[in-house]
Amino acid sequence: MNAASLHLRHHARTLLALGLLGVLLLAFLAIHPRGASAAVLTAWSNQGVALALVAIGQTLVVLTSGIDISIGAIMALSNCVASTLVQGDPTQVALGVAAVLLVGTLCGVTNGLIIVYARIQPIVATLATGTIYTGIALLVRPTPGGEVDAGLSDAMTGTLGDLVPTSLVVLGLVVLLVWEPLRRSLTGRTLFALGSAEQAAYMSGLSVDRAKIVAYATAGLFAAMGGLFLGFQTASGDAAIGLPYTLNSVAAVVLGGAALSGGAASVLGTIAGAFLLRTIGSLMFFTGVPPLAQPLFEGLVLICAVALGATRLLRIRNRLEIFR
Amino acid sequence: MNNDYLQLIGVSKRYGGITALSDVCFSAARGSIHAILGENGAGKSTLMKTLAGVVRPDTGAVRLDGRELRMTGPAQALDEGIVCIFQELSLVPHLSVAANICLANPPRNRLGLIDARRQNEMAREALARIGCERQIDLRERCIDLPLSQRQIVEIAKAVVRRPRVLILDEATSALTAEDVEKVMRLLRTLREEGTCVLFISHRMHEVDALADTCSVFRNGEHVSTFAAGTKPHEEIVRLMIGRPIAQVYPPKPAPLPASVQPYLQVSGLRSGTQLKGVELSVRPGEIVGLGGLDGQGQRELMLALAGLLRDARGEIRIGAQTTPPDGPRGGKREGYRMALIPEDRKTEGLMLAQSVHDNLGVSALDRISRFGVVDHAAEQALVAELVKTLQIKAPDTRVAVSTLSGGNQQKVVLAKWLATQPRLLLLMDPTRGVDVGTKQEIYRLFRDLAAKGLAILFYSTDCDELIGLCDRVLVMYDGQVRASLAGATLTEEQILMNAMNLGRGDAPAHTRRVRAGALEYAA
Repeated sequence: MNAASLHLRHHARTLLALGLLGVLLLAFLAIHPRGASAAVLTAWSNQGVALALVAIGQTLVVLTSGIDISIGAIMALSNCVASTLVQGDPTQVALGVAAVLLVGTLCGVTNGLIIVYARIQPIVATLATGTIYTGIALLVRPTPGGEVDAGLSDAMTGTLGDLVPTSLVVLGLVVLLVWEPLRRSLTGRTLFALGSAEQAAYMSGLSVDRAKIVAYATAGLFAAMGGLFLGFQTASGDAAIGLPYTLNSVAAVVLGGAALSGGAASVLGTIAGAFLLRTIGSLMFFTGVPPLAQPLFEGLVLICAVALGATRLLRIRNRLEIFR
Repeated sequence: MNNDYLQLIGVSKRYGGITALSDVCFSAARGSIHAILGENGAGKSTLMKTLAGVVRPDTGAVRLDGRELRMTGPAQALDEGIVCIFQELSLVPHLSVAANICLANPPRNRLGLIDARRQNEMAREALARIGCERQIDLRERCIDLPLSQRQIVEIAKAVVRRPRVLILDEATSALTAEDVEKVMRLLRTLREEGTCVLFISHRMHEVDALADTCSVFRNGEHVSTFAAGTKPHEEIVRLMIGRPIAQVYPPKPAPLPASVQPYLQVSGLRSGTQLKGVELSVRPGEIVGLGGLDGQGQRELMLALAGLLRDARGEIRIGAQTTPPDGPRGGKREGYRMALIPEDRKTEGLMLAQSVHDNLGVSALDRISRFGVVDHAAEQALVAELVKTLQIKAPDTRVAVSTLSGGNQQKVVLAKWLATQPRLLLLMDPTRGVDVGTKQEIYRLFRDLAAKGLAILFYSTDCDELIGLCDRVLVMYDGQVRASLAGATLTEEQILMNAMNLGRGDAPAHTRRVRAGALEYAA
């Protein structure tokens, strides 16, 4: 089989998500009252980047056939921490940013340690820790408020050279500097291997436990980036923003073509999935669909996308395997 | 040659009440191919898992090249150069062939990142050592490869680690004849290079063609070691069996009159690569055994009869029906009246956390319900009757079924299906992990049920009970029924000879010569 068609087959779901996003984005730009301009594109990008970052974190966890229910709470906690620490002179701002990322990573490490060493199912463990993180976020910021350094916020949500949205460039850089090295390391390979066949990974001498902890830690880091970016957008902190992000991150991962059973996921697909969800929202806003009907359409798109991914069940030979 | 290169000294392993390895002393030499022979459950796989670092023995030590090994997991065993090729493949389905071959030790660049180009070279070299570099595309994902090619990848993955000890567990079972030749050549080369190869196989012609030394295991004990070719097959099989059949079986009735028509009749049944044209029939009042080595299609046959295999093709007649039922629920209908007792009682047989009462009633609920409402009085009566007839020992029927002993759990599985009043019973290894006393009761129950006119198809991995209980035993090999044994021909030797496909001239041509030589030696 030639290289191109192999590539096409292995990345079919990612390409499907990207293609769909392309179509919707063109439609969005076409009907937008101000037309296709750098400013419109920047607004569109800013709307999607926070979710995209959180969803990338979720992708890593889903890759190991786990799930992180606490990811929205970590994001909210990071957002609240950002609204108290990311201000002042440039050094203080830099230290504040570092502190926010550290808090998120620590939350992720805690998740990983509990799941690996206490052997608690990911969904239960992160449901519990998520509630704890929300509690801490409420202690940090009981009511929405605070402030995030305006200079940094403007820079991050602006347009680079009046052409490209800065947030999109930052997203690309993060993927290139965090995800790419991880993907090409032995730990990254272990993430794919253990999600696909944990027993085989263990039998092959891979350090499965360490890879799981890395997955949850990195998910925490990405959630913190998401929370930070949200701070740049809203210039404040809010402890209650978590839950929709948790659910939408899972939706974005699934739209991006990942298997919730693990072993197959693509960060590019997830990014496409996140922007798809946001673009659907914007499209409906500008076409005059009542805002209350938006969840209905988002749900329909999600169901259709997942159904496309479940065609495997039609090919199963032994009916008992449906239950596995 | 160093004869004690790999040594096991007094290794024992027990799982609950079952002894898997009992004080095993065993050694294998450098630069040799050592065949490990034994029946199902003889302890071969536990031996192998011990060497692979998966199972930690209760007592005893493993030495390699004079040094004692302390292994806490597969990673340590691999670091010591002990590499296993398991029957259940250890490949990662969603990764490429190249990534799988170099899975845990990929070549990396200065930054610690995996070097994809060098990884491809390494993988290609490993495949080239087997001689399969042209058949397999390195970029394919393993999930998309046919089983035979996956097995080749598995072997390449072992070769790339440059093993000091290489262990193969039935690693040739899915290969094509041509690839088996290639793998044999590879093993001989590895032997020349000084590798210690342990070779577990049920295929005697491969053992004859390859092995320098043979060791026989039985009931977890190391029975005998001898130079390959010094004993005839008949004697090897005797060594593998070597125990009298205990008197735990009910007497067999006289054969049924020829006029009794079969309740289950199968012909030309095919499915995937596992069933290749199965022919069989079971008559009411008859217990028909299904024997053979593990994985010769017995499971798939049972699943196909229950209507669980979608791609099953061929003729299946049950009672007056000419098609199999649509799964277990369909099987309960009047036209079929059949029950499948699944193999894994903990996941497929029982709802472990539920009470004995709930488990016993669950399959027959439609019989004791009116308009979808369960008649509780009828359910109570049914449960009480089942507990009494099968002598289920439980303090109370309200306790969770998981608290019962293995034997009583199995009785619950049987009872809940007997409550549906079946006319055909499909039994999948129903006495596995059951104590001898309960086994005896279960055997008597089956015999009584047969006497009442049930047709019973009984798959077992235990030769003993096939011979002791069944009126007739069908031996499966490679997806077909190879022999039907009854009366005087129903012996353990006959079952094993047929299970290993020995004693007939239908083995691949290249091995026939070798086998003739071995038999001559015996004479």
